[in-house]
Amino acid sequence: MRTVAVVGASLAGLSAARALRGQGYDGRLVVIGEEAHRPYDRPPLSKEFLSGTLGEAELALETDGEDLRAEWLLGVRATHLDTTPLPGGTVHLSDGRSVRADGVVIATGAAPRTLPGSTGLAGVHTLRTLDDARALRDELALGGRLVVIGGGFIGAEVAATASGLGLDVTVVEAAPTPLAGPLGETMGALVSALHTDHGVRLWCGVGVKGLGGEARVDAVLLEDGRSVPADIVVVGVGAGPCVEWLEGSGLRLDDGVVCGADGRTDLAGVVAVGDCAAWWDPRTGAHRRVEHWTGARERPAAAVAALLTGGAVAPGVPRAPYFWSDQYGVRVQFAGHAAGADSVTVEAGTPEGRDVLAVYRSAGRPVAVLGMNQPRLFTRWRKQLA
Amino acid sequence: MMIPACRLADLPRGEALRLDIDPPVSVFHTDDGELYAIDDTCTHQDASLADGWLEGCEVECPLHASKFDLRTGAVDAPPAKHPVRTHEVVVADGVIHVRLSAEAPRLPPCVASRLAGGPA
Ligand SMILES: Cc1cc2nc3c(=O)[nH]c(=O)nc-3n(C[C@H](O)[C@H](O)[C@H](O)COP(=O)(O)OP(=O)(O)OC[C@H]3O[C@@H](n4cnc5c(N)ncnc54)[C@H](O)[C@@H]3O)c2cc1C
Ligand code: FES
Repeated sequence: MRTVAVVGASLAGLSAARALRGQGYDGRLVVIGEEAHRPYDRPPLSKEFLSGTLGEAELALETDGEDLRAEWLLGVRATHLDTTPLPGGTVHLSDGRSVRADGVVIATGAAPRTLPGSTGLAGVHTLRTLDDARALRDELALGGRLVVIGGGFIGAEVAATASGLGLDVTVVEAAPTPLAGPLGETMGALVSALHTDHGVRLWCGVGVKGLGGEARVDAVLLEDGRSVPADIVVVGVGAGPCVEWLEGSGLRLDDGVVCGADGRTDLAGVVAVGDCAAWWDPRTGAHRRVEHWTGARERPAAAVAALLTGGAVAPGVPRAPYFWSDQYGVRVQFAGHAAGADSVTVEAGTPEGRDVLAVYRSAGRPVAVLGMNQPRLFTRWRKQLA
Repeated sequence: MMIPACRLADLPRGEALRLDIDPPVSVFHTDDGELYAIDDTCTHQDASLADGWLEGCEVECPLHASKFDLRTGAVDAPPAKHPVRTHEVVVADGVIHVRLSAEAPRLPPCVASRLAGGPA
């Protein structure tokens, strides 16, 4: 292999570039990224960076003096992947250039969903990039009433950070229980009760009809006719994979690039990693897109091994998906799959104490574990997940 | 400075003990029976490495999975970027002691700023 192109210059792309060099790849390495910034860490954007306790320099993912001998093409978007001839393909770029590579790593991540009709209204934010976070941080500094649409993890973290900064915060969630998808209803309700503990209003089971205001947002209009006054609105209704540029490439796209258990796609010399990739999960017997930091950091090593050897190495079973979230000073950790569980039991701590360690089981076997401020016990249980 | 930690018999293999000194230090007893002491606080954020995942001579941070080599303190990959201090371990009369390193500790930015601002 003489040229490898990594498309997407964030956590998964950087991890892939590192794995390439770490596994002895010595050829040309081109890293393409739409953002002008060097790779930076996103989790602090809704937490320490938003609250002002961490500066931009500390977000950098590269270490001082790190040199991957890569050509960085930043501030330029991949617009199309031409996969003839295989292996690999030609990546066409928004500035008219193109890169022919015999290995392609797709690491374009995900982009936030927006509300129809909310664009162009001042005071309305989504949060994915450093530029988004700067804009939101500057507005939060002015104070006022914040309405967060969506009670998922990012919405919850923004609500927690903003309430810590002294804003008046309301969270609106369409589902009857926030976080029911990842955590199940009981534990979703338990974790999202952190909002009310801290004086943040949580309105569940009501959809958003639209936003009020002329040039600037002044309210969130609900489907039941009510309206919530707002000076700032954050839309946190999930993210979709950035794969539209791959249409027509011959890759299978279905909520992300469809991949095997080692990140290989159906096309020779093309692998996908991170938030844009739906890997085959041998545990659940389905393709699944995992939008968590740890997967974006760990899995590229397996994908790169598959790329460099043409899949000669049998993929190991990756660790169960893991994520953390910091809200209202509580460290929430979760690993595994809640969906397949038939029971959830609290093994330590109490719901009232917000220090629960809960284990999800399927036919008696632990399949997932949730911890709130229980890092040691959580780590032990996480180890036992098959 | 030599600090007594606990009796060797009270720290089974595969376990870690946190000493609540300032900054905290942890003693690890590996599955192979080796003893190591390192600064307990991850250099990335405020997480206790004694709560982490011990495997061979490495401990994985319980929060974001950077791994630290117990022998050298070296870190393998981000988000942590800096090594932790290592300390010498001495067992005398069945009691584990830690001889504290003279180096300056590497505290994560959030902990360092809290300490600089006085006790929170
Ligand atoms: C605010 C926030 C907080 C989070 N907090 C947590 C947390 O607490 N715990 C946790 O486990 N996870 C958290 N996450 C999730 C975690 O950050 C992601 O899983 C991780 O960033 C995924 O990395 P990635 O490289 O796959 O994708 P991304 O980080 O999304 O990077 C993709 C990159 O590709 C670029 N790109 C997209 N399309 C193109 C194109 N066509 N051409 C060139 N470049 C392109 C994008 O500009 C972007 O820079 C958080 C995410 C956000 C946004
Ligand atoms: S706190 Fe240890 S790696 Fe982040």
